[in-house]
Amino acid sequence: MDITEATRRALIERVAGSVILHADELTSLDQAIGDGDHGINMKRGFEAVLTDLDRLAAMPLPEALQAVGMTLVMKIGGASGPLYGTLFMELGKSLPDVPGFADVTIAFEAAIAAVKRRGKSDAGCKTMLDVLIPVLETLKSGQPGSAGRLPAVAAAAAEATRPMKAVRGRASFLGDRSIGHVDPGARSSALMISAICKTLEAAA
Amino acid sequence: MGNVGIVIVSHSPDVARGTADMVRQMVGEEVPLAWCGGASEGGLGSSVEAIAAAIDRAWSEKGVAILVDLGGAELNSEMAVELLPHERRGKVVVCNAPIVEGAVIAATEASGGASLDEVRRTAEELSPA
Repeated sequence: MDITEATRRALIERVAGSVILHADELTSLDQAIGDGDHGINMKRGFEAVLTDLDRLAAMPLPEALQAVGMTLVMKIGGASGPLYGTLFMELGKSLPDVPGFADVTIAFEAAIAAVKRRGKSDAGCKTMLDVLIPVLETLKSGQPGSAGRLPAVAAAAAEATRPMKAVRGRASFLGDRSIGHVDPGARSSALMISAICKTLEAAA
Repeated sequence: MGNVGIVIVSHSPDVARGTADMVRQMVGEEVPLAWCGGASEGGLGSSVEAIAAAIDRAWSEKGVAILVDLGGAELNSEMAVELLPHERRGKVVVCNAPIVEGAVIAATEASGGASLDEVRRTAEELSPA
């Protein structure tokens, strides 16, 4: 699929817009089980991305993703910076300029592996990976219409972190008390997946 | 070649500065030392740019040991190390140790001329197994 400059611009605007719009919700989720800064940190990072929108949208897709990742690393200021920064930078490293469906799946798998290494984490630890991994598995299933199901898969996966016990990050200090709350990183990942899928669907 | 440098990275500039004060007072001046704390635009947090600058200030050809407080400071420090020029990358380690005690004990070890690996091991002996 050829992701034009207009589509790249829409992708950046919609992903950043969704995160910024939900900043208060992300912060309140993080106040329950973390240090209460996820919303404000993510908002700061994506506002910095938006100030660079013209330049980013004009870049080829791989370079744009790497530049977004680097901005997130530099501006978010919490653990989410290196984690989301790594996700975007690795996607940029792995995707060709004009990716097909198989390229997206391969790049997403590589990016998730990089996030696992960065966070020393994996599925079931009540993190963003608990959304990203089910999304990857849906992509890999290759069933017709699977791309259209991704926002619902991501939303359900975020909700499924509620009964999990955190074993990574600040939330792990809470032990059993982390149970009963949706993970803020899982929620922000679901928001981004949804914004990306809906933008690409509208552009197709 | 000098002594191993110490970098202190906290979410709070006050904690980082206070830890650095303790190191200077208890260990002395012979260890290169730098600290940073807080997000890039103020408030609690950690900044990759500030960590990279602190590594530069505490640079020693013998290497630099970083002491961190919480997860974000650890991940941002690891990121900062990865973004270093290739020839410096292998000479910087993030210690798995409590920030205040770790910084003092690491600096004590460093001031005696210990290698980067010895400095790290000494600091990490403070961590529960």
